[in-house]
Amino acid sequence: MRDKIIHAIFDDEQDVLTVVKDLKDSNIVVNEVYSPFPIHGLDPILGLKETRMAITAFIYGCIGLSFGGLLIYYIMISGVGKSWPMNIGGKPNSTFYHNLPSFVPIIFECTVLFAAHLMSITYLIRNNLYPGSKTTSPDPRTTDDKFLVEILYNEDKNNVVRLLEKSNVTEINEKDES
Amino acid sequence: MQKESKIRDPLILGNKTYHDITRDIARPVEGKANKYWWILFSLAAVLMLWGFACMAYTIGTGIGAWGLNRTVNWAWDITNFVWWIGIGHAGTLISAVLLLFRQKWRMAINRSAEAMTIFGVAQAALFPLIHMGRPWLAYWVFPIPNQFGSLWVNFNSPLLWDVFAISTYFSVSCVFWYIGLIPDFAMLRDRIDKKLSPMKKNLYGLMAFGWSGKAKHWQRFEEVCLVLAGLATPLVFSVHSIVSMDFATSIIPGWHTTIFPPYFVLGALFSGFAMVETLLIIMRKVVNMEAYITIKHIEYMNVIILFTGSLVGVAYITELFMAWYSGVEFEQYAFLNRATGPYWWAYASMMTCNVVIPQLYWIYKIRTSFVATFILSIFVNIGMWFERFVIIVTSLHRDFLPSSWTMFSPTFIDIGIFVGTIGFFFVLFLLYARAFPVIAQAEIKSILKSSGSEYKK
Repeated sequence: MRDKIIHAIFDDEQDVLTVVKDLKDSNIVVNEVYSPFPIHGLDPILGLKETRMAITAFIYGCIGLSFGGLLIYYIMISGVGKSWPMNIGGKPNSTFYHNLPSFVPIIFECTVLFAAHLMSITYLIRNNLYPGSKTTSPDPRTTDDKFLVEILYNEDKNNVVRLLEKSNVTEINEKDES
Repeated sequence: MQKESKIRDPLILGNKTYHDITRDIARPVEGKANKYWWILFSLAAVLMLWGFACMAYTIGTGIGAWGLNRTVNWAWDITNFVWWIGIGHAGTLISAVLLLFRQKWRMAINRSAEAMTIFGVAQAALFPLIHMGRPWLAYWVFPIPNQFGSLWVNFNSPLLWDVFAISTYFSVSCVFWYIGLIPDFAMLRDRIDKKLSPMKKNLYGLMAFGWSGKAKHWQRFEEVCLVLAGLATPLVFSVHSIVSMDFATSIIPGWHTTIFPPYFVLGALFSGFAMVETLLIIMRKVVNMEAYITIKHIEYMNVIILFTGSLVGVAYITELFMAWYSGVEFEQYAFLNRATGPYWWAYASMMTCNVVIPQLYWIYKIRTSFVATFILSIFVNIGMWFERFVIIVTSLHRDFLPSSWTMFSPTFIDIGIFVGTIGFFFVLFLLYARAFPVIAQAEIKSILKSSGSEYKK
């Protein structure tokens, strides 16, 4: 069990990239990196998988497309359309495909509406973001100008500290329990 | 780390560190409003209240309070609606299209441009709402199960397309804006002293949704922003295309043209960028953002204004040519009347402000001057309002029956409502400039080392 934590604080994102790579190479567990902005190139070093947000957007978009199509089919053609047939500009509403060109805009809007909103909701849920949620960042300066690397260790503390001291670390804070 | 050519002009001036950026962007929120803010805010609030009074009068007495008549049955209401929607488009272009094109200069201006979008679309939405006469029945425009028998919305109608397009556009813009705001609210939350202003800290804490800036969260953040940009890009083009179809699908000469969708989209971007410049040139002074919103940003926007303004000019000429080439006498008369009829002055203002004046941006000195840009942006704003007025009123006021030919003159209610929406817009924007981080600080920090002037030496 690794239950002890070191918080190493850096001033520059390049140093974070270097140190995380070195720590990983020495088989030390880097639990988390907190930063004020996205650090490009960190995800593969940290071993983060690619996010599937775009895939969810695609699925939600497909749901929106079907919803828009079915809604229009029910209101204009099959359900309401059968009970109260409308003849607008000489265009009878007995078939879907004859009217399809004028249905495209709303089907498109439904696709975008569903994809954008449901993906954003998924994003908020996955990141545990909601009004009243508390930040998990150990140091408030990480939204300003500091980069914090959270390292888990058990017995190999000297090894971790030695590696950190070789880098441009500005602070090393130890915590006893996770 | 991103690399950028040394000869490219810096986008962040001065010897800034990450902490300086935080401090600069938090300053307007933490400090007190200055005298100019209060003067502008009071003025805008008075206009807004006057506008609300005129709206209340319209709802109380009916649309007859407006200058509409049986021939010109659409005038200022729809002109203002299209004008406001158009202004909104630049915000989405900056935040979405320029993100897809990886333009770094968008980062200093996207937050305010998106705010402008949301506030602009809100103004636009007011017009159809009050034009209904009974705005409490506005929910009838949505396809909801009801007890009205055959009272269902018609999905063949461009007006219903508009309902869907505008509501989707508004809500997606809000979401896109807020997703980007979360890390910046977190920055404010962590900065504000709990002892000095506990209310403020709690409020920003609530709005920051507990953002902590973990690596995985940033990874998702970037992907979500990219996908939202990808979704917002076709959305923004669809919205103004659909607005143009309100006209283009009718059989009125002057409206019934296939060029309308691209022509309207270009005009929207053109007017939107002008409004972004009008707002930002004032804002950068009032909230001290001179180091972030530089003359280079203004120049880039001026180039877009020059480009879209010229294309709008091409569209005007194409319309005239197509009217002549079509051989349809009604169509030919509509355009002849537009340019030389009783509304020639509106047409001339439109041509001058939209086509001729932006050509001044070919001159380097003019497109890199704040004063000149500010003046020219006002001209474009006026010109684009006239464009919509010309399209709408000149096509209607001389219809198929010469006995019903007439002119349109706005009543003080028409004017009051329009001026009121301008006031309302500025009230919202001024409140935003005091309470929100006006620059996307997380994004700006990520380009500091590639585009900051200190790192370019």
